[in-house]
Amino acid sequence: MNTVEKQKRLRFWIIISILIVGMIIFSFISLNLGAISISPKEVIQTLIGQGTDRQELVLFQFRMPGIILALLIGAGLAVSGTIMQGITQNGLADPGILGINSGAGFAIVLFLYFFQGAIPATSALSTYILPFIALIGAFTAAILIYTIAWKKGVSPIRLVLVGIGVNAAFGALLTIFQLRMDPQNYRQVTIWLSGEIWSANWSFVFALLPWMLILIPIAINKARNLNVFHLGDDVASGLGTHVERERGILLLIAVALAGASVAAGGAIAFLGLVVPHIVRKLVGPLHHYVIPISALLGAFILMTADMIGSNILAPTTIPVGIVVSIVSTPYFVYLLMKTN
Amino acid sequence: MKLFSRSSQLTKLLINIIGVCLVVFSIGLSISYGTTTIDLYTVWQAVFRFSEGEQAHQVIWELRIPRALAAVLVGAFLAMSGAVMQGMTRNPLASPSIMGVTDGAAFMLVIILAFYPAVSNVGLMFVSFLGAGIAVTLVFLVGSFSSSGLTPVKLALAGVAIGTLLRSVSSILSLHFQLEKDIGFWLAGGLDGAGWNAVTILLFAGAIGTILALSIAKSITVLSLGDDLSTGLGQNNTFIKISGIIVVLILTGAAVSVAGSVGFIGLIIPHMTRFIIGTDYRWIIPTSAVLGALLLVNADLIARMINAPFETPVGAITSIIGVPFFLYLARGSGGDKK
Repeated sequence: MNTVEKQKRLRFWIIISILIVGMIIFSFISLNLGAISISPKEVIQTLIGQGTDRQELVLFQFRMPGIILALLIGAGLAVSGTIMQGITQNGLADPGILGINSGAGFAIVLFLYFFQGAIPATSALSTYILPFIALIGAFTAAILIYTIAWKKGVSPIRLVLVGIGVNAAFGALLTIFQLRMDPQNYRQVTIWLSGEIWSANWSFVFALLPWMLILIPIAINKARNLNVFHLGDDVASGLGTHVERERGILLLIAVALAGASVAAGGAIAFLGLVVPHIVRKLVGPLHHYVIPISALLGAFILMTADMIGSNILAPTTIPVGIVVSIVSTPYFVYLLMKTN
Repeated sequence: MKLFSRSSQLTKLLINIIGVCLVVFSIGLSISYGTTTIDLYTVWQAVFRFSEGEQAHQVIWELRIPRALAAVLVGAFLAMSGAVMQGMTRNPLASPSIMGVTDGAAFMLVIILAFYPAVSNVGLMFVSFLGAGIAVTLVFLVGSFSSSGLTPVKLALAGVAIGTLLRSVSSILSLHFQLEKDIGFWLAGGLDGAGWNAVTILLFAGAIGTILALSIAKSITVLSLGDDLSTGLGQNNTFIKISGIIVVLILTGAAVSVAGSVGFIGLIIPHMTRFIIGTDYRWIIPTSAVLGALLLVNADLIARMINAPFETPVGAITSIIGVPFFLYLARGSGGDKK
């Protein structure tokens, strides 16, 4: 191992440690903040089991699952975006722009529309069903986009344009079905669509956790293939990669991650787009470094955004997706102006 | 793209006359159809032999006629501004809905409602003009300053980004000031609130916008052949482009302030028009207006019928009609150029 490689590896671990420490500190701050303010000392007391019942209820039943969900969703979206950008070799790919989020959203709205009487949106049963529904929607959207964009191969630009179109179509269908829902569900769906971690409870955490714990490690394991794609399809197959098969598997992982995240966090746009760019600036283009850091950074950003959204204009809660959009669209515009 | 380009002026005139007849017929249908269907004969009577005592005549004059007229005008304006945009930028995807115009208008609307709720209706219209202008300007700026210029993809993505940004700010404000309902209703896009007031404003803005559009139509035809050629032929490109942007602002601003978000008309109609009538913008602009009007009147009719007695937002209908066409464009001209 030469010195450059060693330096990179060192840098990688330093960044990882900084992110983890930052995440712990911010989680701790986030536990303090809210309608019922709990001081840091009380938080520690409660964590080691000496708080009042009320403090325990607020911390363990409301705030903690919210924070963990934000972390999981952030990691999922960021890794999904990284993989999509790696596969398409297009820095502007993102599950939101490609219409995969809105596909998942539409499937969920359809589900709520047809079963709103039978299964309440917040019941434990629908908690476990929703990720699967979202997944079906995400895959439908992905297949639709890929098929329409296919014309003797898929050019990245065509993929993005078709994505924008499919996005608009799902958006129109969403409006139609939304307006036919009863007011209670309508409001909930509206907020959720702008990216809101609804029903932050433990069952949602447990519904989402397996997806992330299985899919993100697989993605890291496949990182080498993403590096090879960077060299072009011909070189990749020359180096012994089954290009189409590996691309397919990675795409499946990316879509699954996006779908599961959307089920819990709504249509959070631009996070999956911006995070990989920042990470590549920090550690360079190698995916076995980029993917783990993207996961951590995405988690960190989303958790922070959630904290800002729920406190900055209290008692008004700003959906986390909106905070993310406001922060990241200027960066996206900058990227847009810079890239060719 | 040049089905009739070599055909005589007469053919083009004929196409427009047929179009206008269809628009008139659709207006008739639109007026007669509603929660209570009024037969076409009564519509005829209400227009030419109005009697105040008849309830049906009142409904026709106060509700149905202004609505149908507003649909005609909004459709025509959106199509014309789409045509002007596409001609100026030579960009097949240029159109109001792609460029965040509605989000801009909603953005300004939220701001004014939040900080100055006593604003008049005319004030609201003016503000949404302003918002539409801000969005178009931002999108154009981002496109023009980027390294490879205003390509179709850049334009579309800049529109998405600017639109999302403006929409995010407006949703924060509307959540904080509890305006979701006012805004949501308006954003969904529909013509159900359109009365004579709206028609007056549309007519006023439309007169200015249309005259300006037609007066630069010839220059746009030359501009659509390329900036260099246009300069070579002695045209002042900057002047034409600024006039074009003013046309777009007046027409879309008026349309958006009345109907909210009605997508894709400005995108698809100019393409269809070019296919039918050729590349001369002196014909493309008026024909786009006729076809745009035709599309929106009928889309509005569908929006009322599809889920009666409830209305479906007309913007959703036009999107569903428009998206397949957008995808077709994305596969073709938009996708192959790098």
